[in-house]
Amino acid sequence: MSQYPIAPLATSSTALTHEGGLHARPSIMLTQLANRFSAKVWIGLSDSGPWTDAKSIARVMALKTPCHTMLFFAAEGNDAGDAVIALVRLVQSDFTNSRDQ
Amino acid sequence: MNRNVGIVIVSHSPDVAKGAADMVRQMVGKEVPLAWCGGNPDGGLGTSVDAIEKALQTAWSDRGVVIMVDMGGAETNSEMAIERLPDKKRAKVVVCNAPIVEGSVMAATESSGGSPLEKVRRAAEELYPRM
Repeated sequence: MSQYPIAPLATSSTALTHEGGLHARPSIMLTQLANRFSAKVWIGLSDSGPWTDAKSIARVMALKTPCHTMLFFAAEGNDAGDAVIALVRLVQSDFTNSRDQ
Repeated sequence: MNRNVGIVIVSHSPDVAKGAADMVRQMVGKEVPLAWCGGNPDGGLGTSVDAIEKALQTAWSDRGVVIMVDMGGAETNSEMAIERLPDKKRAKVVVCNAPIVEGSVMAATESSGGSPLEKVRRAAEELYPRM
């Protein structure tokens, strides 16, 4: 399906260390951040997917990702590199990056 | 003019409506125009067309407004409140078919990124197919 990354311009990964995992509030922060980029952005729990649209709050929340999971990001578009860097930073900051950053 | 789609939360219970609105404010933020109403004019459970009309004014955005409802009269009264709007505004209001709490948070998350009305509605309804 063309909506999945076939040859993404940027990929990155990091461990999810947030206690409680990717629950409601972290999912919202992640989705809001992903939506700031024009690139298509995906999140996956392995480097080969399956990939989930990181801009969809319903789908990101539905992953119910527990703590100590590796998160993989892939992006495709002009600001793809910035997008994956920002998302990794958000996760590594334990979601303390304010939404006003 | 607000650049984000507004959200109106309509429940039979003012506590439920206010609670859902609190969740939106605390989890999503303040970038989204938001209003809630619930209860009938006598202080009991119910919904009121007048109150919904007022809430629509409070949360109004030229990008549109989504209304989140709990059940029955909340939906029909919301539709009556929409009917009272001038033609131009009427086309910019939709009632979402989604659970009131989860749908409100998801709609607000989508709206906070500047998404258009139809996308905000889809975000709220995404995991809940029409019954």
